Amino acid sequence: MAQYQNLFTAVQVAGPISEGIPLPKGNDPRIIKPFFLHLAGRLGNAQIGPLYLGTLGVASLIFGILSFNIIGMNMLASVHFNPIQFVRQLFWLALEPPAPVYGLHLPPLNQGGWWMISGLFLTISILLWWARTYRRARQLGLGTHVPWAFTGAIWLFLVLGFFRPLLMGCWCEAVPFGIFPHLDWTAAFSLRYGNLFYNPFHALSIVFLYGSVLLFAMHGATILAVGRYGGEREIEQIVDRGTASERAALFWRWTMGFNATMESIHRWAWWFAVLCPLVGGIGILLTGTVVDNWYLWAVKHHVAPPYPVVFPPVIDPATLPGVKP
Amino acid sequence: MAMLSFEKKYRVRGGTLIGGDLFDFWLGPFFVGFFGVTTFFFSVLGTALILYGAAMGPTWNLWQISIAPPDLSYGLKMAPMLKGGLWQWITVCALGAFVSWAMREVEICRKLGMGYHVPIAYSFAIFAYFTLEVIRPVLMGAWGHAFPYGIYSHLDWVSNVGYQYLHFHYNPAHMLAVTFFFTTTFALSLHGALVLSATNPKSGEVVKTPEHEDTFFRDIVGYSIGTLGIHRLGLFLALAAVFFSALCIVISGPFWSRGWPEWWGWWLNMPIWR
Repeated sequence: MAQYQNLFTAVQVAGPISEGIPLPKGNDPRIIKPFFLHLAGRLGNAQIGPLYLGTLGVASLIFGILSFNIIGMNMLASVHFNPIQFVRQLFWLALEPPAPVYGLHLPPLNQGGWWMISGLFLTISILLWWARTYRRARQLGLGTHVPWAFTGAIWLFLVLGFFRPLLMGCWCEAVPFGIFPHLDWTAAFSLRYGNLFYNPFHALSIVFLYGSVLLFAMHGATILAVGRYGGEREIEQIVDRGTASERAALFWRWTMGFNATMESIHRWAWWFAVLCPLVGGIGILLTGTVVDNWYLWAVKHHVAPPYPVVFPPVIDPATLPGVKP
Repeated sequence: MAMLSFEKKYRVRGGTLIGGDLFDFWLGPFFVGFFGVTTFFFSVLGTALILYGAAMGPTWNLWQISIAPPDLSYGLKMAPMLKGGLWQWITVCALGAFVSWAMREVEICRKLGMGYHVPIAYSFAIFAYFTLEVIRPVLMGAWGHAFPYGIYSHLDWVSNVGYQYLHFHYNPAHMLAVTFFFTTTFALSLHGALVLSATNPKSGEVVKTPEHEDTFFRDIVGYSIGTLGIHRLGLFLALAAVFFSALCIVISGPFWSRGWPEWWGWWLNMPIWR
């Protein structure tokens, strides 16, 4: 078994640095002089850089860094600017959204105002980053599949922090910033609405999450297994099928009676990965707005069994004699 | 027939681990082999046992059919058929079918001159299942700690076991597993999208090259892992997700029996903070 299994690059060839596809007119120059990093070359390409920053990149980074720092400074303030306690309690610290009393109004800065500002800046940063991926794809003559996949994640992000709070009439419904706090929010959200496991869109979202991991394990393993036939040259295999594609396809055909092609496996991949946040976002949006208790919803639709009746029936006091109508 | 245009020349004899030429044939698109026969045996028997359990159970509602493991009072003993014995034999059948399937993949790899990456990756999934249904119940001392076979009943199990540890999100191995699950899905979307964007450019343009793919990612984030590297990364991320999932449940109970939020006390109480 002391064979080369294609898991790491054993011998690295140090060729000339690649400056990348020439940029069209009107683009800024790329930054960062490219260099080789041996460790990166063990797994994939050794070359680091160059990078295209551009106006959109600069603007996105400014808003992103501002948002990150607002969150960090609020957390630091919550431990009275004690740097040691900041590190010690970092996972527990939060920047919380406004309290329910403020509804959709603007709260004071220290009672959710900073949360709104950092959320706004983060949203602007993400949308600018989306525009950047779109523009970079178009400037290089590529299709726009990456930005459209990105919209799936942005949809879920906006549902959690914007659309659903808007429909519920309260910014307090949104997710706090913070490691443990956002996990607490998730657990509390599930409990409040009758256990999200009974939400069919949540179930579908998990199917696509696990399905994506399964697909990447299958696809990654298949390509590595046909590496000796040049399987990783996927574009070439798509336009001019070679023995790598044929063996990869036949492996799955003989195993499970069905196979994708070198191109269609990437369509399976794209849809599984995109549907995960897409249907997940639908499930969140319906929770509290349309459905108040997913367990009772599941009982109503004969998905879950009702709990056995263990308490005697309670008499409505209004029906007792002597009570005025 | 069920053969692809290029398939005939690949259908050669040999590569089997057991049985020589005896089972070395195809049935429609499926390769059979010795392990195909055992896969068929275990999956048909297991499915029949599930159907029998459903027939003996209270409902035919697909969502609510459930075959539960034995009561905790049986410990690690065999239980009567309708009191968890079915679950025990179904588990045996499932493991038999899964392992047979993996071995059949090995035979197909040998036939096609491929590496064993797929069966090895699949063995991680079998290992996770084995951890949930065998290793952890054995460590805890009762088959009753395993999850039941049912669409919603296994979700109830996940929910209930999670709350037994108060708040499962605080389990550090669970945190890592979820992170790997999300990262794998993120990486898969990027990989799928990148290949599709290179082969499906704006109409009228020629198909692009891996140089375009590398340039796109270098322009965006300053690094492109490359066509070979992304498949290594994807496989590692996916297997890490499965591995840490198995780890996070096997430490819940055998290693840590209180609420997972409490576990973090060691960090808050480290002497360096004083």
